[in-house]
Amino acid sequence: MAVMESENTSGKARGIPLPTGPLAMLVINIVAVVFGISMWALVTSYGVVGLPTPLAVARQAVIQAQTGLLWSDALASLGRVFTGFALGILIAIPVGFLMGWYKVARAIIEPYVQFFRTIPPLAIIPLAIVTMGIDETPKIFVIFLASFLSSVVATYQGVISVDRTMINAARVLGANDFTIFRRVIVPASLPYIMVGVRIGLGSSWSTVVAAELIAAQSGLGFRMQQAQLYYDLATIFVSLISIGILGLIMDRIVMAIDSVLTAWQEKL
Amino acid sequence: MTPKISFRNVRKTFDIAGQTAFTALEGMNLDIDDGEFITVVGPSGCGKSTAMNIAAGLTAPSSGQVLVDDAVVTGPGPERGVIFQQYALFPWLTVRQNVEFGLKIAGHKRDERRRIADHFIALVGLTDFANSLPKTLSGGMKQRCAIARAYAVNPKILLMDEPFGALDALTRVQLQDQLLTMWSKERRTVMFITHDVDEAVYLASRVVVMAARPGRLYKIVNVDLPYPRTEDMRLSSEFSELRNEVWRAVYHPAAAA
Ligand SMILES: Nc1ncnc2c1ncn2[C@@H]1O[C@H](COP(=O)(O)OP(=O)(O)OP(=O)(O)O)[C@@H](O)[C@H]1O
Ligand SMILES: [Mg+2]
Repeated sequence: MAVMESENTSGKARGIPLPTGPLAMLVINIVAVVFGISMWALVTSYGVVGLPTPLAVARQAVIQAQTGLLWSDALASLGRVFTGFALGILIAIPVGFLMGWYKVARAIIEPYVQFFRTIPPLAIIPLAIVTMGIDETPKIFVIFLASFLSSVVATYQGVISVDRTMINAARVLGANDFTIFRRVIVPASLPYIMVGVRIGLGSSWSTVVAAELIAAQSGLGFRMQQAQLYYDLATIFVSLISIGILGLIMDRIVMAIDSVLTAWQEKL
Repeated sequence: MTPKISFRNVRKTFDIAGQTAFTALEGMNLDIDDGEFITVVGPSGCGKSTAMNIAAGLTAPSSGQVLVDDAVVTGPGPERGVIFQQYALFPWLTVRQNVEFGLKIAGHKRDERRRIADHFIALVGLTDFANSLPKTLSGGMKQRCAIARAYAVNPKILLMDEPFGALDALTRVQLQDQLLTMWSKERRTVMFITHDVDEAVYLASRVVVMAARPGRLYKIVNVDLPYPRTEDMRLSSEFSELRNEVWRAVYHPAAAA
């Protein structure tokens, strides 16, 4: 604590001056992570639980990185996610707009969206494999479905919650329906769309890994599944940590894009 | 002289969840002359906004019609500028882009757009904030931006729905004077809704008093004070007499009901 005191330059703090600046938070983050890994090292080095030590996992990661296996696995998983996710978003946004803008379109599409939303994407895999074969298509399809369903609802929510007065303000300035759509509806629903994109990416990522556990010849999920057969815990850890880190990075990228695109928002 | 805006027996009912129709506005007749500044006061729910939205072309009347320059209003038009109580600025656009919004639709070229926008931004005193986003503006500044945006497309008519309702007393008085100054230069026709009796008398050449249940025009009070109006006038005995008259008209029907 005493080390971080110097971070607290705001002078606003009353009582005990707890550091709250972004840098102080980062320092606390790092300390927490280092602490967690130390605990892991401590517990495993005494053989308390039958898990690999951080060092063993790191060694395994280096080996996999050198043989290129780690990269090819990560690329395989990422490739699937991006293909499915991009397709999902690309189709979800216009469909979401359609649902928000035209009541008839909503009435047609909504039952399907609501129905499929209650089915976990993974539950579609058996069907997808039977109907689409065992190559990439069923996996990409399932990821597509996961990201489509979360984004379509978010986009639709965005469109229907656009402030009526804002639309009226555009109308009295002479805007026709198309202009209102392009210059009011689209920007006004962007924050909602970005929430959908973020959730969609998250569910795509968890779906791809799970899909690879079930049916794949490559990818981080596939590697874990293989390692499981040989009780290779270090490899399982390498895959798990890679999945976590990649997921985190993707989420942060979306957040960064979001904060740029919706910087105009009045945050409470 | 034909009136600029003419309410002809305008009636508006709302169906509330299949119940018997609710009469928001009952047979309103009102002529507003070209270049006139009219204020509308009345208790909450008496149909002020409804009447204005019908004139703006945002709401269709159940019967009767509003004429603007002898033509029946069927939708919004750029000759009628509207300023909403909730500002309704586009939060993703800067002050300048907001003001340019209508100009772009009207097909003005880039340079011209900018010139016109900057003129009105200066007029409402927001030059230093031309590149700011609405979220960084105070309530009064947002309202001034909304006024500049409406003015920029050069509407012959301004419809203003409690535009100063959310402002503190000082900002309010400043914007009233600013509005009157702009109005006296350009002589647009103004229909200005307010809750504030003082404001209604200070701005208008005629105050339209409405009553509720059913919403209707109750009385018109002529304000025979010369323009330009000054802060001293607010303290004059004529002013307080007029204010009392409007006040009584606003509260009399409510007491009777
Ligand atoms: N879309 C609507 N559906 C049903 N009733 C409505 C609708 N719009 C207005 N009303 C009703 O019509 C009446 C008049 O509404 P209006 O908004 O014109 O009042 P107002 O005089 O502007 O009130 P305020 O001063 O509070 O703004 C109100 O009783 C309101 O409940
Ligand atoms: Mg109102």
